[in-house]
Amino acid sequence: MTGVPYTIEVHELTKSFSGVVAVDHLSFSISKGEIFGLVGPDGAGKTTVMRMLAGVMAPDSGGAVVAGCDVVASPESAKQRLSYMPQRFGLYEDLTVDENIGFYAKIFGVKAAARDERAARLLAAAGMSEFRSRLAGKLSGGMKQKLGLVCALIHTPEVLLLDEPTNGVDPVSRRDFWCILYSLLNEGVTILVTTAYLDEAERCHRIALMHEGRMLFCDTPARLKANLPGAVLSIVTSQPREISERLAGQSGVSSVMIVGDGLHLMVGDAATLIPQLKEIIAAAGLSYESIEQVAPTVEDLFVEAVTGTMRGMEQ
Amino acid sequence: MNGASSAVVVTDLVKRFGDFVAVDAISLEARKGEIFGFLGPNGAGKSTTIRMLCGLLRPTSGQAQVSGLDVATQPEQVRQNIGYMSQKFSLYNDLTVSENLNFFAGMYSVGRSDLTSRLDWAIDMAGLRGRENSFTGTLAAGWKQRLALGCAVLHRPQVLFLDEPTSGVDPLSRRKFWDMIHTMAAEGVTVFVTTHYMDEAEYCNRLVLIDRGKIVASGSPLELKQKYMAGDLLLVECDEIGTALELLQGAPGVDDAAIFGNALHLVVPKASAAIAAVTSYLSQHGITVQTIEPIRPSLEDVFVSLTTARTGAATEKPIP
Repeated sequence: MTGVPYTIEVHELTKSFSGVVAVDHLSFSISKGEIFGLVGPDGAGKTTVMRMLAGVMAPDSGGAVVAGCDVVASPESAKQRLSYMPQRFGLYEDLTVDENIGFYAKIFGVKAAARDERAARLLAAAGMSEFRSRLAGKLSGGMKQKLGLVCALIHTPEVLLLDEPTNGVDPVSRRDFWCILYSLLNEGVTILVTTAYLDEAERCHRIALMHEGRMLFCDTPARLKANLPGAVLSIVTSQPREISERLAGQSGVSSVMIVGDGLHLMVGDAATLIPQLKEIIAAAGLSYESIEQVAPTVEDLFVEAVTGTMRGMEQ
Repeated sequence: MNGASSAVVVTDLVKRFGDFVAVDAISLEARKGEIFGFLGPNGAGKSTTIRMLCGLLRPTSGQAQVSGLDVATQPEQVRQNIGYMSQKFSLYNDLTVSENLNFFAGMYSVGRSDLTSRLDWAIDMAGLRGRENSFTGTLAAGWKQRLALGCAVLHRPQVLFLDEPTSGVDPLSRRKFWDMIHTMAAEGVTVFVTTHYMDEAEYCNRLVLIDRGKIVASGSPLELKQKYMAGDLLLVECDEIGTALELLQGAPGVDDAAIFGNALHLVVPKASAAIAAVTSYLSQHGITVQTIEPIRPSLEDVFVSLTTARTGAATEKPIP
């Protein structure tokens, strides 16, 4: 891979806390202008990775280069080229939206003209233009997160590290947030974002799915889904429990899950199995509205990987 | 409003805080054994509604009955007959698993005769057999969550309230959790869930979307996707995605455009007509379309479409 200008390169990064391995020999590379998602549940090690990349925590072993700076050897120079938004971004609740932005602009040494132009544009994208004189403490959770992002972006970093920026944020605000992120790509910013919302992973160019400090796999969401062995079936029915009892354990059916409208099944080969399942359901005197193959979600990928049936996809 | 099969009946429920109407004449009915999802943006009135249904907040006007009990006049009895599990799993981390269970059994006045069998049941359900004496703080999130659920239902409540119950929990634990919830529902427990996670909402039988204190849509997850999406959804893969987005935002015949990774999602009035129109519009601007196809909207698409389309809240009427 020589000659490829990676903006973030992580090599065998490892960190333990009193004997518990939080991050376990993690390696990945992110190209300039990419939105890369570290995706996984709480406790997967996402935040620890972020802290090490931001130069605020030293790894036990392994290393990382962010925007050309070695974060272990020279964390201070790395910090000048990145912007890190931790889960709880330090907003001053008794200052207004504008005052918070002004404060961060000073810290980052942004000139007044650039600050005003940038603040106006970012606040408009965040749908917050009319809240500039509101105290930060009086904003909703979603608005606080968006203000944190505006403050983190008041200068132009080469790399943006966002730790669960949309946690507890409703889908509408979450969408505004992502619009801002995509708009930054035109400025050549490289973005690493963590999320526990597996459905949010779809918005990233590439994702690394993390579980217990290790990477399960890493690729574009589309390619990961295309490589999922087997298929996901959706059965719409008002008798999910009865049908579930008949189908669980059938050959070719690896899991059955009850959802609001009916059932989701992980199966081997959809084409041969659908007629068989229809027969079993009919023979039991049960009924359904529809049975069809649906696109797998990132959650399906995760479950398959963790249960160990996803052979050959692990990195 | 036949009480027999309805566990929760809400009629014109209103809550005002000063001039602010947090809940604006909400009416709904949840059947016994139904898993009922409450969705809505931050500040939509979800928590206020739930607090009233739990007997923790007195309604300004209107009525709500939970298990046949009136939340305004019998709040004490309501509180004894419901289970509540918060996002933070309000467990004592410095107590053991057994101590937590005993504490909640005492809080909910679980009868002496029933106590042993209920504690056994909860330990088995949570998969904590053998870890009864572990400190709760040392448990992984999935276990804590199942313990919190066990604590919330020791007294066999007929109505259970869950506030973002699986936030941050790994998907395997989440699926196990929902399996338990569906088992309880099959035994007749009515479950209310509030959440921002659209994938959590998929597990509910019926969803109600609240915006600015009013119900703006209700139905099963499938019904919401089929009925309430204003227009069709197209997936577009093309060159110069950023430029394409700028061109399509505000283009005639495109209601909305957003980036999803390497692709665009467009909301259009009619997919069949829009496919040719969008392809030729982009090619006029020198952009080649690789893929353009209709896709099924996700619950998130529906949510965003319904809450951003609404401007005149006063003209909206609840959907039966």
